[in-house]
Amino acid sequence: MDGQPLISKEIEDIHSSATPGETQPRLDFPPYRSSLLRHPTKDLRHVDPEGAELFAPVFGQSDVDVLEADLTIQAGGEPIGERITVRGRLIDGDGRPVRGQLIEVWQANSAGRYIHKRDQHPAPIDPNFTGVGRCLTDDDGNYLFTTIKPGPYPWRNHHNAWRPAHIHFSLFGTDFTQRMITQMYFPGDPLFALDPIYQSITDPAARDRLIAGYDHDESRHEWSMGYRWDIVLTGSHRTPMETEEDA
Amino acid sequence: MSSVMPTPGQTIGPFFHYALPFEFDRELVAREQPDAVRLHGYVLDGDGHGIQDAMIEIRQADASGHVPEVPGSLRRDGASFTGWGRSSTDPTGHYWFSTLEPGQTDPDSAPFIAVTVFARGLLNRLFTRIYLPDDEASLSIDPFLSGLDEQERQAMTAIREPDGHLRFDIRLQGPDQSVFLTYPRHAG
Ligand SMILES: [Fe+2]
Repeated sequence: MDGQPLISKEIEDIHSSATPGETQPRLDFPPYRSSLLRHPTKDLRHVDPEGAELFAPVFGQSDVDVLEADLTIQAGGEPIGERITVRGRLIDGDGRPVRGQLIEVWQANSAGRYIHKRDQHPAPIDPNFTGVGRCLTDDDGNYLFTTIKPGPYPWRNHHNAWRPAHIHFSLFGTDFTQRMITQMYFPGDPLFALDPIYQSITDPAARDRLIAGYDHDESRHEWSMGYRWDIVLTGSHRTPMETEEDA
Repeated sequence: MSSVMPTPGQTIGPFFHYALPFEFDRELVAREQPDAVRLHGYVLDGDGHGIQDAMIEIRQADASGHVPEVPGSLRRDGASFTGWGRSSTDPTGHYWFSTLEPGQTDPDSAPFIAVTVFARGLLNRLFTRIYLPDDEASLSIDPFLSGLDEQERQAMTAIREPDGHLRFDIRLQGPDQSVFLTYPRHAG
């Protein structure tokens, strides 16, 4: 199995030849070994969206219970770990709030273990934590989750490989073309430089956008630590005439 | 309008199965419904092996060509057609949906089902379209399809199986790779 020095060298070589402004991850990023056979080699084809591509799916109160935004109350008892809130705003590429839209999250527990049959990490399962949450954004695009800070976890990309702690986010906009899934990280994680998934984004400023900020105003007295993470989708293709104007 | 830099994507990873699938996620209409069609296929890697940790989402018009904008996909009521569904792949890379065949949303273009692809090992989502195989007239006038070569056109068109099902495989890599799409606003 390859070691971290080789992976780090490969990352460094790619970054040193990359030009700034490449703000999405490379699909072809060999240090992430699982991408080798799973990235397209032909260029993406440019197309103007039409029909269903102009309309994201719609979700409402019937789809999501408000309690699903609190991952610490789903199993009857208090999960173990550092209680946190993650708050932020979902906007599109023109800065408009995405209102009433579905956000789904999933994450490991505080020991770095997922409730997933294929997670073999010998860390304890927390019977009081499933690590799954959902919410709808409010009328200004805001969301708020209450959860437990996830732990880092090992994976098999290379010898002694560890993922920085993260929360997976699944996001929709107003157009189908804005659909995305990403990962939110925590500030100051010593694993950032070593992680080929995080480092697949070659532009450092773009990479930073995946790191939540610690926000002391969001921390609650004798209760929880507060993080803030704003999310920007790509732009909508519908003209402002067709979409709701901002007040 | 000023453009803001979009947040980068990341892979869906291997551990989404306990979080994203939901009951009836892939059944946009009940399988027993007379006009239901089974849309299915495999998600394959560059060696032609099925990808067991992929997830496909579809978005489409109803049979009359209307794109529904109604809630209820996550808790289907058995009556509303929401035009959106989600299917994770099984250990062989197979996905399936029970849905309606979409009608034309525009008289000058062929009906299609819009698709997003996610997988472990795939660092960002991919988009493609599934065109319906039978309506030669609309397929031949469609401006986008007319700009593709024959192999690409075939790669974007489902196959009608003898039992009426629609078959559409998604190949992430290789000489017969699927045609993946990018839209103008992905560039800023
Ligand atoms: Fe993860």
